[in-house]
Amino acid sequence: MTAAQLRPLSELQALESESIHIIREVAATFTSPIMLFSGGKDSVVMLHLAAKAFWPAPIPFGVLHVDTGHNFPEVLQFRDEAVEFYGAALKIAAVQDYIDDGRLRERPDGTRNPLQTVPLLDAITEGRHDGVFGGGRRDEERARAKERVFSTRDEFGQWEPRNQRPELWSLYNGRHLPGEHVRIFPLSNWTELDVWDYIAAEKINVPTIYYAHERQVALRDGMWIAITDVTPALAGEVVEVRSVRYRTVGDKSCTAAVLSAANTVHDVINEVGLSQLTERGATRADDRLSEAAMEDRKREGYF
Amino acid sequence: MSQRTAFLSPSADPITGGRTLLRLATAGSVDDGKSTLVGRLLFDTDSVFVDTLDHVEQVSKRKGLDRTDLALFTDGLRAEREQGITIDVAYRYFATPARKFILADCPGHLQYTRNTVTGSSTADVIVLLVDARKGVVEQTRRHLAVASLLRVPHVVLVVNKIDLVDYSEDVFTAVATDFALLSRSLGVLDTHCIPVSATEGDNVVTRSQRTPWYDGPTVLGYLENVDDTRLAVGSDLRLPVQHVVRPQSATPAPWAARAPQVNGDYRGYAGKIESGRVRPGDEVVVLPRGSHAIVEAIDTPDGPLDLAVAGQSVVIRLSTDIDVSRGDILAATDAPPAPVRDLTATVCWLAERELTAGARVLVQHGTSITKAVVRSIEGALDLDFEAGTVPCWRPTSSLTLNDIGRVRLALASPVPVDSYREHRATGAFILVDDTNGWTLGAGLAGSTPLTAMPAFIPRSNSHHPAQQGKPS
Repeated sequence: MTAAQLRPLSELQALESESIHIIREVAATFTSPIMLFSGGKDSVVMLHLAAKAFWPAPIPFGVLHVDTGHNFPEVLQFRDEAVEFYGAALKIAAVQDYIDDGRLRERPDGTRNPLQTVPLLDAITEGRHDGVFGGGRRDEERARAKERVFSTRDEFGQWEPRNQRPELWSLYNGRHLPGEHVRIFPLSNWTELDVWDYIAAEKINVPTIYYAHERQVALRDGMWIAITDVTPALAGEVVEVRSVRYRTVGDKSCTAAVLSAANTVHDVINEVGLSQLTERGATRADDRLSEAAMEDRKREGYF
Repeated sequence: MSQRTAFLSPSADPITGGRTLLRLATAGSVDDGKSTLVGRLLFDTDSVFVDTLDHVEQVSKRKGLDRTDLALFTDGLRAEREQGITIDVAYRYFATPARKFILADCPGHLQYTRNTVTGSSTADVIVLLVDARKGVVEQTRRHLAVASLLRVPHVVLVVNKIDLVDYSEDVFTAVATDFALLSRSLGVLDTHCIPVSATEGDNVVTRSQRTPWYDGPTVLGYLENVDDTRLAVGSDLRLPVQHVVRPQSATPAPWAARAPQVNGDYRGYAGKIESGRVRPGDEVVVLPRGSHAIVEAIDTPDGPLDLAVAGQSVVIRLSTDIDVSRGDILAATDAPPAPVRDLTATVCWLAERELTAGARVLVQHGTSITKAVVRSIEGALDLDFEAGTVPCWRPTSSLTLNDIGRVRLALASPVPVDSYREHRATGAFILVDDTNGWTLGAGLAGSTPLTAMPAFIPRSNSHHPAQQGKPS
C-alpha cells in the first residue's frame, strides 16, 4: 500500500476507510461505547477494523457477547482467542442466567435467538452504554436496507423506521436523549462477499465452522440442521454425516449448515460468489418465523 | 446465474487493486417506474438471490400479476408492503467486475426534498427517471435543482417506458432537448440521457434492438464507465481530525505485532482525508488556529504511506509539537478556508418544526460541533418553477419541512467552512437540535449555483422584508 496512488480507492480500501472513520467517530463522541461480538465473521471483521482504527493505541472500548447458552463450542473458543488477540475486554450477558432465575422462559420451539433481546438491553442499561456497535449489514435483509449507520433507539431499545434521522454526507449525528442509546453499524455498506474478500486480504481468522467439516446432520424443512445436545434428531429423521459449513453463526437451535466442500477462504469466496441463496434465507430459521420477522425483532431492540 | 463468477473481485491485490466503489442515488416521481428500474438492475446483474426471487414470484402471483413484478425486489418494510408505498431511503448493492455500486433508493413522493437531499449528499451519480409519455415534469425540475445544489458530479436521465411510445426517437429527442436546456439553466455539471424500458429490459443492462437510433451506453454501461478520477484527486487537502492517537505506555495486543512498532511518546492525528492528497514533507495549516506544521509521516497499521488521497483513513504525524485536537482541520496551505463566525449558507430544512430567526441550533461541521443562532432567513427557493424558467427566491421569515432557504448564522466560535461549490465535504454542515439531538437541516456554505438565480438579493443585516425577492 505504499505505492503512489492517484486512482480512486479500491472497493475494499473505501469500505475499510469508511468503517474506520465511523468507529473513530463513535469512540470520540460517546461516553461509554461497546461493541457487540459474537465470534461470527462480521463481528470479527468489525473488531479487526476497530484494532486498525486506533492503532498504535489499544481499542478504547470493550466487547459484549450475548450468549444464548446454545453456541457451538468452536465459536466460544474462537471468541475468547479473538478478544485476547485484539486486546479487547470481553463482557458476557448470558441468556442461561435469565432462564435459571425465571426472568425468561424457554420458547416452545426451543430457539433462544429471540430471548437475547432482554439480556442485551439490560447489559446496555447496566453498563450505561450510550453507543452500541453492531455488525449488521444492509444487504442482509429487507428491513436492514433502511437502517441508518447511526440508528437511535428509545429507552426500550426500539427502532422506529418511520422516525429515522436523515444521514447526510459523512456527518454522523450521535446526539440522543438520556436513556436513549445509538446503535452503530460500521459494516452497513459491506456485502457478504466484501466481508469474505476482506477476510482473505487481511488474513483474518474466523471460527472453523465457517469452513467445510464433517458433521452429523439431518434435513429438516429443507435446511441441514446439526444433530447436537440441543437439537436432537426427531423421530423418523435420517441422520447423515455430510461435509458442511456455516454461512452465519447463530446458536445451534436456529442456524443451519450448507453442504459444502469449501475448506479455504478462497473456496468460500468462490462459493459465496456462486451462491443463489441469501445467507439469512439459506440458514437462519429465526428469520423464517414470519415474513416480517427481522423487522419485528429490530423494532423490539434486537441487534 | 452462471456468469456470477465474472462478478467476483480479482484476487491478485484485493486491497489496492480490483474494482472501485461508486455511489448512486435515484430520483423520480411516483409512477416513473423507479422501483422496476432498480429491480431490473439488481436482477440483470445477478444481485438477486433465488430465495428473494421465489418470494417476489409468490407475491406477484398472489397479486394476480401475469409476470414477476420487478419492483417487489426493493420491497422493504411491512407498512410499505401493506400500503404499496415507499417510506424511506433504502440502500441497495450490486456489482460488476469493474465497480461496486451503492445505490440510495429515494422514494419520489413523500418527503421528496428530505430524501433526495440525503441521497444526493453522498452520490457520485444521480439516476433521474422520467416517463417518456410525460417528459420533463415539475418533479424532474425539482430533483434536478436539488442535484445541482448538492453538486452531484453526474446526472443520468433515464427516459423510461420508451416501449409505451413505440420506441420513438422523436419523443426521446424532445425529452432530451428539454432536459439539456434545464440542466444548463440549473448549472448541472455533467448529464446523459438514455431511452429505457425497465419492464422490458431495454437499455438497462442489455442493449436494445428496438432503439437502433440510440448509440450511447446502457444504464449499467454508463454507470460502469462514468469518470470517477476527479473523486480520487479532488481539490486541496482537508482532513478533519477525529482524535489524537497517544498509545503512551499501553501494552500492545498480540495483533499489533503485524503493524509497525512505535515509541512510547508517539503522537498522531487520526482522520479521514475528505479531499485532496497529502505527502510527507507537505506543509499544512491547522485550522481554525492557523498554526503551520510539516507532515512528518502518514501512518497506517499496514505501514507508512508516501501519498494518501481523499477517502483514506490515516494517522498524520507532524514534525513540530503544536496544539492539535479533535475538531481541527488539517488543510493545504494554498487557499485554506478562513475561519468565520458569520456563516451564510443554503439550508435544506428537514424537520417538522419551523426555523425562524433567533433559533438556537448546533452546527456540526467536519468533526466539530459549534453553537449557533439564526441571524436571519433571507429567502426560500421556489422549486415550483415553470418549464423554461429557473427557481426564484421568495421572501420568507421561516423555513418549514422540505424548504430550501438562505440562512445567516452567527457561530459561537470561528469555524473553517469552505465554499460547498469547491469542497463538498468541508463546505457542508448539518444543523442539530440542541435539546433532542434531531438532525434538522443540511447546510451548504457560500454561494451555490442556484444563489445566482434571478430575484435573489442577499439582504444586509437590516430588516426590510419588502425588499426581498425583487428582481435585481
